[in-house]
Amino acid sequence: MIGILNIGLGNVQSVYNAIYENGYDPVFINTPEQLADLSHFILPGVGNFNAVMKRLEQLGFVSAINDLIARGTPTLGICLGMQLLATTGVEGGEIKGLNAISAKVPAITPLQGLRVPHVGWNEVNFCQKHPVFEEIKDGRDFYFVHSYHVTCQHSKNVIATTDYGESLTCVIATKNVIGVQFHPEKSQKNGMQLLENFCEWDGCFEQNT
Amino acid sequence: MLKKRIIPMMQLLNEQLVKTCQFDSWRNVGDPVKSASVYNSQYTDELVLLNINRENRSLEQLAQLIPDIAQVSFMPLSVGGGINSLEDASYLINQGADKIIVNSSVYQDPTLITQIATKFGQQAVVVSIDIKTTELGKYQLYSHCGKQLEEISLAEHINQCQQAGAGEFMIQSIEHDGMMSGFNIPLLKQVMSLATIPVIGCSGSGDYQHLREAFVETDVSALGCGSLFNFSDSNPIRAKNYLTNYNIPFKKV
Repeated sequence: MIGILNIGLGNVQSVYNAIYENGYDPVFINTPEQLADLSHFILPGVGNFNAVMKRLEQLGFVSAINDLIARGTPTLGICLGMQLLATTGVEGGEIKGLNAISAKVPAITPLQGLRVPHVGWNEVNFCQKHPVFEEIKDGRDFYFVHSYHVTCQHSKNVIATTDYGESLTCVIATKNVIGVQFHPEKSQKNGMQLLENFCEWDGCFEQNT
Repeated sequence: MLKKRIIPMMQLLNEQLVKTCQFDSWRNVGDPVKSASVYNSQYTDELVLLNINRENRSLEQLAQLIPDIAQVSFMPLSVGGGINSLEDASYLINQGADKIIVNSSVYQDPTLITQIATKFGQQAVVVSIDIKTTELGKYQLYSHCGKQLEEISLAEHINQCQQAGAGEFMIQSIEHDGMMSGFNIPLLKQVMSLATIPVIGCSGSGDYQHLREAFVETDVSALGCGSLFNFSDSNPIRAKNYLTNYNIPFKKV
């Protein structure tokens, strides 16, 4: 069963609809206990880093999600859900993340008069192969909307980047965990392919060393 | 490279989509869910849905439509019209909206922007500004569907909204709305010089040359089109094919 975290802090219905459209019947996860039965877990993505982490703590989700990841359950973080996989975040005040991948989440620097937030369709350029991106061509556009971005401590965790003033990491992964900065559920054809790939993924990934 | 966006503007009056001229004299242009489904099949970049009913500012109509639209359209959906509180915004986001468009209420209370941005992130707040140009070329801001003149200047309002945490601006030029005679380029240039966040330029699209002119002459991130897609055999695919010939970048599907 595919579970989508729903703690009332963002639009989770579109993720549900996109998974359903792909032929799966996902469930919303409101309590940590529900995580036990999942084959796949999705952390969807709108909200404020600090507010969401505090809410996850309150509801007892932090250790439950860490256990699920440790069990090897394929896990997908989308947008803020990707950022939560990092060690710490600063949006809304510095706070610890889930720390599934060694990374930080600083604000995008408005270099050369760049407009922030980074909103719109931008190219996703692969640095290494990942099963969740199978059949998706290099350099295709996905829908981004964010003001903060993930910076990984180790380049082996970087799967793809996008150019916005500088090269921004937009896909990160380790073992059974993958995070994408863009919104696959809002990225039509290629986004649907990505979600289908994720739902079929066994959680195995051999990263570059 | 970040791509430019073309956004069909869907204006809702009761249960039908309509298109206005200069914020008045609307014409019926179809069913919202069917239109959204067609735009999805055309790989449209994004959708805007606005409740423009002056008599009924209740959120119920939007709230009932959003789930149906979200089932047939896998692209970002911004909704607006009658959103006056954080509760309103939360309600519509939970129904499946991605971005909340605020307008009239932020003149009284810019902290509404901050409240929505704090809960849902800066990217979730689009501030729509309705503007009339006087004969002397001065810009006047209007709220309440173009009915109420606001005292604040364009520069001050833009600055105040950005300070409060707005994620994007949506600029409508009231006298250009529905006229299909091109965008208000001087206004868009003025807004681009004042704003540091992305801007969606609206009002005036009548043919593809108008889109080209606006993208070439201003730094807008996106253009909103109503009449162009409602009253001609144009669609977002054909618009983008035309503009690609002039090296304006769009997403690759």
